[in-house]
Amino acid sequence: MTAALLEAQNVKKIFSSGGLFKKNETIALEDLYLYIQKNPPTITGIAGESGSGKTTLAKLLLGFIKPSEGKVIYKGKDLEKMTRNERMVFRREVQAVFQDPFETYNPFYKIDHILTTPLAKYNLASSKTEARKIIENALEVIGLQPGETLGRYPHQLSGGQRQRIMVARAFLIKPRIILADEPVSMVDASLRATILKSLLKLKKEYGISLLYISHDLTTTYQISDNILVLYQGSLVEVGDAEMVIKKPQHPYTQLLISSIPHPDPNRNWGQDSDLLANQFSNNNENEKQACKFVDRCPKAMAICRQKHPPLYQTDPSRAVRCFLYKNAVELPGKDFGKVMSYSKSPLSVYTF
Amino acid sequence: MKSEILRVLNLRVYYDTSAGPLKAVDGVTFDIMAGERFGLVGESGSGKSTLALAIMLLTKAPGRIIGGQILLDDQDLLRLSEDEIRQVRLTKMSLIPQGAMNSLNPVKRIKDQIIDGILDHSKKVHKKELNNRVYELLKSVKLKPEVADMFPHELSGGMKQRICLAIAISLNPKIIIADEPTSALDVVVQRQVMLTLGRMQESVEVSVLLAGHDMGLMAQFTNRIGVMYAGKLLEIDSVKEMFNNALHPYTRLLIECPPTLEEKREFKGIPGLPPLLLNPPPGCVFHPRCPKVMKRCSVEVPNLIEVHPGRWVACHLYKKEKI
Repeated sequence: MTAALLEAQNVKKIFSSGGLFKKNETIALEDLYLYIQKNPPTITGIAGESGSGKTTLAKLLLGFIKPSEGKVIYKGKDLEKMTRNERMVFRREVQAVFQDPFETYNPFYKIDHILTTPLAKYNLASSKTEARKIIENALEVIGLQPGETLGRYPHQLSGGQRQRIMVARAFLIKPRIILADEPVSMVDASLRATILKSLLKLKKEYGISLLYISHDLTTTYQISDNILVLYQGSLVEVGDAEMVIKKPQHPYTQLLISSIPHPDPNRNWGQDSDLLANQFSNNNENEKQACKFVDRCPKAMAICRQKHPPLYQTDPSRAVRCFLYKNAVELPGKDFGKVMSYSKSPLSVYTF
Repeated sequence: MKSEILRVLNLRVYYDTSAGPLKAVDGVTFDIMAGERFGLVGESGSGKSTLALAIMLLTKAPGRIIGGQILLDDQDLLRLSEDEIRQVRLTKMSLIPQGAMNSLNPVKRIKDQIIDGILDHSKKVHKKELNNRVYELLKSVKLKPEVADMFPHELSGGMKQRICLAIAISLNPKIIIADEPTSALDVVVQRQVMLTLGRMQESVEVSVLLAGHDMGLMAQFTNRIGVMYAGKLLEIDSVKEMFNNALHPYTRLLIECPPTLEEKREFKGIPGLPPLLLNPPPGCVFHPRCPKVMKRCSVEVPNLIEVHPGRWVACHLYKKEKI
């Protein structure tokens, strides 16, 4: 197990709403662990349906919101206890690319503005010519022509170009890791490939790790080394991408994978006979401790309603939060990193 | 031999812009048979939503139906008055738009929203009969009868979308036009909604036109597929033939490019960008991106021809089979 670059330890996030007398609490995330190793760079995919806590996780890791319990650690330092200077370094080394390439731009500024601001902020260029050089280089790495993009306004560029400029902006200031929250979901299918390719290039040639958050399991599988599957704020399965996708163990991961329509008319998509069951989950007080998936789980047992399952390590490079695997070893939080930094099986070694 | 329920002939829908007409649907011809599931696939901006709305005669300004015919049960919809069309909608054809679940009224109970359409088309229905009809419809989309007295916010996205399916079949239409009905839902719920729609389609023998961009969904749901690109149909084929051996180079790329869960491989995209509809390329609309482009393609517009029985393609690579 190598040292950690970015870690989440037993993180819980509660959003509360309501007033003085009646308070509503929503648990957005709980018992969450994450481990991204320093070296070699990795791509970690976060999968889950809408409302599973994917974006909350990204915000926590970026330090935009504070965890209610647990901590987020960057290079051994708790985000909340960082000094001003450490925070500046963190802000530079951890970059983000968001979903909507239309909303991230101020329409009154030219594209150049969004690229020169970070350079100025971190004093990364000594002169205007040097800044221009760095920007042009970053654009070329991402596969954009500086002549076609610089000096233009956001509305003059396509969605794909705008999203790639966001990747270029993140790359510009030499980060250690980029958090990409649904970076291709609003981009046309034919442009997705280009953006994903440039993200892979950043990992391979520049050693930048990536946290790739998406509801689209196919691209997540294609790009990731490790995958975490979230269900209603709970981490249900984590491990090597090949294992999680090819041999999913948690019933939710299995359901998720079998639901993807296959581009092959001869393959059966399954029956809808199991749909009627549990349309309304019973939010009984005493079931707060239950497994989150119990109402939809085809393999639910009595124990699943009584307590929240811990993570069981079913393989050297995989852990599952499900009582079906209670014969396996329970994975203590301090060992979580072992699962996510286990040297990869030959199955997943491939080159792009 | 099944009969055609919907025939679209040389339909053209243009949007008026300050830079001239934008040809969103440009001479599209196809048929849908009774009880058939027809898929209309294309990238965003290919005109599939415009076409779906035009069939419902819901084209809004600046869009205009310039020409062509839409025959539903041999009745030319373009010749009907606004009142007559209102009667045709829901009784003969109904629409499930993108994100239909958001079209439910948040302050009305589900029951009243289902009844609304029924009452609008036939006022003299007994109350008891209406209630029975509501329960029957809810049952057909596998929702419990309790749902009738609930409000939309008490239901999940997938359940709301199934309510929209129930409304769509409430007056036994001949055809349902579904425009990306599951684009706002995640895959697990998508499968539930599509399987419900499929079972419903079989039990009441309605035809379905499914517009979308996901070839996986098309493969799993439809019988026949029309491929749209830049306002034109490039290929119409049965789903099996198309996935087995697609004729048009664009269809091939559409099937081969998307990433799968089978194996990791290099990301492939279709090179180039979709054309600007204000200024489409001359000749075949796909020729600037086509891997098999020939001299002829940039000059001559290929017609949609039947190269094998039931297999239509608009591409100069193919010649009409002598019959």
